[in-house]
Amino acid sequence: PAPARPARAPGAFAEMSHLDRLEAEAIHIMREVAAEAENPVMLYSVGKDSSVMLHLASKAFHPSRPPFPLLHVDTTWKFRDMYRHRDTIAKELGFDLIVHINEDGVRQGVGPFTHGSAIHTDIMKTQALKQALDKYKFDVAFGGARRDEEKSRAKERIFSFRSAQHRWDPKNQRPELWDIYNTKIHKGESIRVFPISNWTELDIWQYIYRERIPIPTLYFAKERPVVERDGSIIMVDDDRMPLAKGEKPKLEMVRFRTLGCYPLTGAVRSSATTLPEVIQEMLVSTSSERQGRTIDHDQSASMEKKKQEGYF
Amino acid sequence: MSHAAAAAANDVIAYLDAHEKKSMLRFITCGSVDDGKSTLIGRLLYDTKLLYEDQLAALEADSKKVGTQGDKIDFALLVDGLAAEREQGITIDVAYRFFSTEKRKFIVADTPGHEQYTRNMATGASTADVAIILIDARQGVLKQTRRHSYICSLLGIRHIVVAINKMDLVDYSRAAFDKIEADYRAFASKLGFQSIVCIPLSALDGDNILEKSRNTRWHNGPALLPYLETIEVASDLSEAPFRLPVQWVNRPNLDFRGFSGTIAAGAVRPGDEIVVVPSGRRSTVKSIVTRDGELAAAGAHQAVTLTLADEIDISRGDIICAGKAPAEQTDQFAAHIIWMHDEEMIPGRQYLFKTANRMVTGAISELKHKVNVNTLEHMSGKTLELNEVGFCNVSTSAAIAFDPYAENRKTGSFIIIDRRTNNTVGVGMIDFSLRRAQNVHWQDLDVNKAARAASKHQRPCVLWFTGLSGAGKSTVANLVEKRLCDLGRHTYTLDGDNVRHGLNKDLGFTDADRVENIRRVSETAKLMVDAGLIVLVSFISPFQSERRMAREMVGDGEFIEVYVSTPLSVCEKRDIKGLYAKARRGEIKNFTGIDSDYEAPENAEITLDTSKVAAADAATAIVEHLKKNGYLA
Ligand SMILES: Nc1nc2c(ncn2[C@@H]2O[C@H](COP(=O)(O)OP(=O)(O)O)[C@@H](O)[C@H]2O)c(=O)[nH]1
Repeated sequence: PAPARPARAPGAFAEMSHLDRLEAEAIHIMREVAAEAENPVMLYSVGKDSSVMLHLASKAFHPSRPPFPLLHVDTTWKFRDMYRHRDTIAKELGFDLIVHINEDGVRQGVGPFTHGSAIHTDIMKTQALKQALDKYKFDVAFGGARRDEEKSRAKERIFSFRSAQHRWDPKNQRPELWDIYNTKIHKGESIRVFPISNWTELDIWQYIYRERIPIPTLYFAKERPVVERDGSIIMVDDDRMPLAKGEKPKLEMVRFRTLGCYPLTGAVRSSATTLPEVIQEMLVSTSSERQGRTIDHDQSASMEKKKQEGYF
Repeated sequence: MSHAAAAAANDVIAYLDAHEKKSMLRFITCGSVDDGKSTLIGRLLYDTKLLYEDQLAALEADSKKVGTQGDKIDFALLVDGLAAEREQGITIDVAYRFFSTEKRKFIVADTPGHEQYTRNMATGASTADVAIILIDARQGVLKQTRRHSYICSLLGIRHIVVAINKMDLVDYSRAAFDKIEADYRAFASKLGFQSIVCIPLSALDGDNILEKSRNTRWHNGPALLPYLETIEVASDLSEAPFRLPVQWVNRPNLDFRGFSGTIAAGAVRPGDEIVVVPSGRRSTVKSIVTRDGELAAAGAHQAVTLTLADEIDISRGDIICAGKAPAEQTDQFAAHIIWMHDEEMIPGRQYLFKTANRMVTGAISELKHKVNVNTLEHMSGKTLELNEVGFCNVSTSAAIAFDPYAENRKTGSFIIIDRRTNNTVGVGMIDFSLRRAQNVHWQDLDVNKAARAASKHQRPCVLWFTGLSGAGKSTVANLVEKRLCDLGRHTYTLDGDNVRHGLNKDLGFTDADRVENIRRVSETAKLMVDAGLIVLVSFISPFQSERRMAREMVGDGEFIEVYVSTPLSVCEKRDIKGLYAKARRGEIKNFTGIDSDYEAPENAEITLDTSKVAAADAATAIVEHLKKNGYLA
């Protein structure tokens, strides 16, 4: 047999572009959940990946409204700009928005400054998420995780099974072939579904650019009040941030590559104020996206452990 | 600096526009341990500069610490060298990696598992367009090479790249390469690949990866990456007849009724004539709706919503097909099945079968033969174990729409789900329907079930007594039958012991035999219900899936599960037949409650514990249930 012919020139039925393929795959996954789940929900973290997820959902079910609500697990320590963005977008796209806060944690005054990042994340994020899933009895929760983000995700399924205790068992995953997904679960168990598993960071940016998807302004450089802590640039977003004696926030041109709790999210110095500029910086950048996330700084297996314990 | 960075530094908008149009290719790499698979994938990731400096720094550190290449970078560590994972004993079964060039985005399925190789490779291959089969130039075509190639062909991969690796260790010898190529082509000719390209490589040194190597001037084929960038794989699907498996019916309001799904083959335009399988209803396409406006045409892989000119009934599970070339439909078909679970496949057991868009119950009615994946020889067998491939007959409870897998991977595939654990236990590829042109009709008899039942003044049903040995099933069943007889009703009792002496005397007590035992009893009960009788079945029937099979064989409301829930301790104390004592002494194997499980019913219509109620009262309760629910008109 001879080598296959080279690809045809783009025409009416040329191969779809990679973004079109990724979009179609995500839509297929969302529809599958809508058809088979009893009580699905879309986790919404307000970041760029979540923004893409929302956009895909509104395409998947058009002209219907997406047949599931959004759930924002609010640690109460997000950037103020994120809260603003969240409320505007949910309304614009016609989603029902559920906000869940771990009230026990609030009562105990849990926060990143007083309790450290590990305890704060566990109580206000991981535990809070479990509380919300239990409270509303969601059987399927969409997440915006990507396989290129870190090592343990490369092997995670698109439909990722969780026990009634919300645990992920990496040794016991269901085989996943073609695009046929096993959605059968027992009462109390649930499935996390990751429609953008196969997207890379660049795909996300490129899609945001192509589709003109609104994202929080934190992704763009602006003069912001920041302090340096352990080599990270932390924005002083409100007056809950304790400053050392003599420590003064200075105004610097910075932006964020990922968004989370403001005290735990490092900024990068940047002059990129438009989307193409942000993408340009990303393309020439020399460090991976998650560097800004304090949670990953421990050994590479830490994310896997967290996930087994029920972190998304 | 990577190609991306270089381009972007100049003009990012031009870069974005160019990259928006690149296509996508999914491939799988297959090789035995140490053929250099990880090195090759690591090399591709590295050479396309998809690594950031922090990742590179980690790689360099790891290379020094645990690498096998001295001071050189050990690319293999990028993909399988996760020390932390190894320490934790976590193996990767299937991982997906990404890289891209100016022309294409690539998704690589990486399946390093060795014990579960068939299962993992099949998983990766199911979505791959191309397979790279690695061969160590020093070793040539091995048993494993055949196995990898067979699995690729079984899963429908049409394009093969034979990467003959470690050419540096055979002095880039053309003779060595030519011999391997000839050997490979000779054996692969029967596997039905559309293209085979052999490339001499050194994954370690980078020969013929990005560009043609000076070390192999005699090689007149392409280098690996340029070939992957240009190979065309899309044509087959776009030229096939139109198929849209309906995933979701889109009904925002009474004025709009759309059918959403991902086009599995062919193309569609407004005005096209369509036919719905299995219903056979016809219409024409009115519009292709997307949030960005209506489309003039759509093709394979696109996720769309169609509206039709006529109001016809279509639901999830149907396939909208080209009017002139519809998919087939059947409830009995032959398929190749790969078993993926530790718990063996049992012919006759009820499983869930999920196709592209539909879930039905069904059973593997017969294992015709197994396939030895190393030699491709056919072997006989009763069951399939983990990683085994079998050619099977399948029967489903409802007709499904399908195309043979060889024609369409999306509409010809299914997964098999265990009804009790919900695990995915197997996968299958449909070969052909076993029904010839639908001319096998059920004998339509003039005197039917309803007529027979009416003449007996009763509604026929099965009273299915389940519970441990000695729980009191037969005692209660006998009392109920006596009462019904006194009331002038027509009944029959199928009892475990009686049936085992006759109809089922060829069966033992292995799990497979227990399933077959219950299947035969259920079929017999079904015929008796058809005859208009009230059938009392008294069987331990320990497995939920078999009781469910029995339930689903008869009509709605014709199955009444009576769970005799007398606890094990009481049954064992009674030990009327002395069986528990024997089982405890190990003289009887697979005895329910002792060394074989009993799965208690979750939704039995009637539950009674004979250690708490007298048998006579239990019988009364059952007869009352029949009266109250209209069985004894
Ligand atoms: N000389 C040489 N060694 C290679 C080549 N490719 C891989 N190796 C070595 O072969 C060994 C096994 O490679 P690895 O990629 O881990 O194999 P895998 O088990 O298939 O993933 C390692 O020591 C590699 O460095 C090659 O092209 N030439």
